[in-house]
Amino acid sequence: MKKQMTSLLLVICMVSCCLCGCSGAPGSSDSNELTVFNYSEYLDPEMIEQFTKETGIKIKYEEATTPEEMYTKYISGAISYDLLCTSDYMVKRLIDEGQAQEVDFASMENFSNIDPKYLKISESFDPGNKYSLPYFWGTVGILYNTKKVKGPIDSWDVLFNGDYKGQIIMQDSMRDSFMVALKYLGYSLNTQDENEIHEAAELLKKQKDDVESYLVDEARDEVVAENATMAVVYSGEAYLGHDFNPDLEYVVPKEGSNLWVDSWIVTKNCKNTENAKKFLDFLCRDDVAYANFEYIYYSTPNKAAVDMMDDDLRNNPAIVPTDDSIKDCEVYEAFDEKTTSLYSDLWKEIKSE
Amino acid sequence: MNRKRTRFLSTPYILWIVGFTVIPLLFVFAKAFTDQSGTFTFGNVTAIFDSVHRKALLLSVELAFISSLICILISYPAALIIKASGVSNKKTIMFIMILPMWMNFILRILAIQMLISSNGIINHFLTVLGISPMSIINTPVAIVIGMVYDYLPYMLLPVLNCVLAIPEDIIEASKDLGANRFHVLTKILLPLSLSGIGSGITMVFVPSMTEFVIANILGGGKIQLLGNIIEQEFSVSMNWNLGSGLSVTLMIFVLLTTVIFGRTTSESDRGFVI
Repeated sequence: MKKQMTSLLLVICMVSCCLCGCSGAPGSSDSNELTVFNYSEYLDPEMIEQFTKETGIKIKYEEATTPEEMYTKYISGAISYDLLCTSDYMVKRLIDEGQAQEVDFASMENFSNIDPKYLKISESFDPGNKYSLPYFWGTVGILYNTKKVKGPIDSWDVLFNGDYKGQIIMQDSMRDSFMVALKYLGYSLNTQDENEIHEAAELLKKQKDDVESYLVDEARDEVVAENATMAVVYSGEAYLGHDFNPDLEYVVPKEGSNLWVDSWIVTKNCKNTENAKKFLDFLCRDDVAYANFEYIYYSTPNKAAVDMMDDDLRNNPAIVPTDDSIKDCEVYEAFDEKTTSLYSDLWKEIKSE
Repeated sequence: MNRKRTRFLSTPYILWIVGFTVIPLLFVFAKAFTDQSGTFTFGNVTAIFDSVHRKALLLSVELAFISSLICILISYPAALIIKASGVSNKKTIMFIMILPMWMNFILRILAIQMLISSNGIINHFLTVLGISPMSIINTPVAIVIGMVYDYLPYMLLPVLNCVLAIPEDIIEASKDLGANRFHVLTKILLPLSLSGIGSGITMVFVPSMTEFVIANILGGGKIQLLGNIIEQEFSVSMNWNLGSGLSVTLMIFVLLTTVIFGRTTSESDRGFVI
């Protein structure tokens, strides 16, 4: 008897496991609740409370570190996300795969706060701005210690000419490291030309001896701690680096670099688009946009928030990059499978040198 | 009746094993033996012979071997010293030695990083003393230091247990029969503690070989172990099939280690009985 019960119990458990795995998408059945998926430390938590206070809509907030991690979690369907903030090429991928909902952003009260300049940049991954709303943006450049460099830093050349052997930190990310080499060689960072990719890989292999380490989040801290003279970092990190150590400066090299835009999309799972729009509208409001800006110090596409900054902030190229510095910058595009595997094979080769 | 009862009580354990070991393993194997379009292939498993993967595997094995060896060289004398020492409460000494394990291991690795980084605490002292600073951060040496620091308790505990269990009578008897200290060590103590060393090796070698976090933090991303490649396949390259294939190969190596050192254990047990 007991044995039968045991088997029964086992079967029930197995079946329920399978059901959870396959049907997925529990949660967010409550119409007055939004499940929001964002990068970690990318939104002032107080703003979430304020949103709930103002509208009565509850927010379930989830975080991830990389676009790839977000994609994996989103696609697995274990949690049904209504809103998702991710990076340009991942936005494109989600749009292409039919995961995003078309939204009439123009009907939102505070949409006019978004500078049209950034909507134009966003067109490179979302033509017509039908699916995505820019949230933060920035560049990739060199953060360096003015006291330790031997001359002006304005080119990627300093990372490759051997002058700063053992004092360089590169991004431990395939795309960003290749971007540096490709831009230095004068190619597009979205190149799918095998010869150009191989040439960049050779350059990175040769450079490895000069590299102190390949880091992601710690890159800034290492320059702040003066363990390295310069690092390839995102512009927002650069501002905070300057805050910790006033000798640090940030530059977008003259050869051009990567310009990235993190945008919100409403997923196709979202049932209550009105609530989702209310949340996005809230994020566009000047005081909220400024609070979020003050929380992370990345460049905001929100004009109203830029107007609220003091002169020091507004004139800092790490906070508000000049039009001139971004004229040769490009936004990442998604690669096809073949090119991705070529890049990742070469990246592995570089790392195992 | 009793058997039924046992079976009933073991249900949670069986569910655990099925849900968290067997089913995930099946998923890994399913991914490992198919390509991205879902057709059957051995390619992901044989990919270990690609020069990049082979190099990473050899480096993983090499660093794991060195770490295990250093762990033995530290633990064994320490165990002998504790055994010989007059301290009545040997449990207290054991407790102090494994105390670092109570701290989160990432935190401990970050502490090591602070110590040995080029502007770190140790180099600071060396400079003050007029000695030229060392540069070991972001090299394999740093990774070995991290692994040894992290996994030492896993070697120390079984070795200590084993050494403490050797009856003093046997050692005295051998001395009476004319064995010098060297003979006591090589003919009595070592053979009788092989089982401890064996399980210590399994517990140090296996996690060292599959390690990727320590390599990331102390290797500065410049040193690529097989664990790092697997992690990258899952998180960045999104090639879960290749990642799974390499995991399966790594599992084979882990299994080999366990079998080899598991045998040492049983043989020495038999030796003790005779």
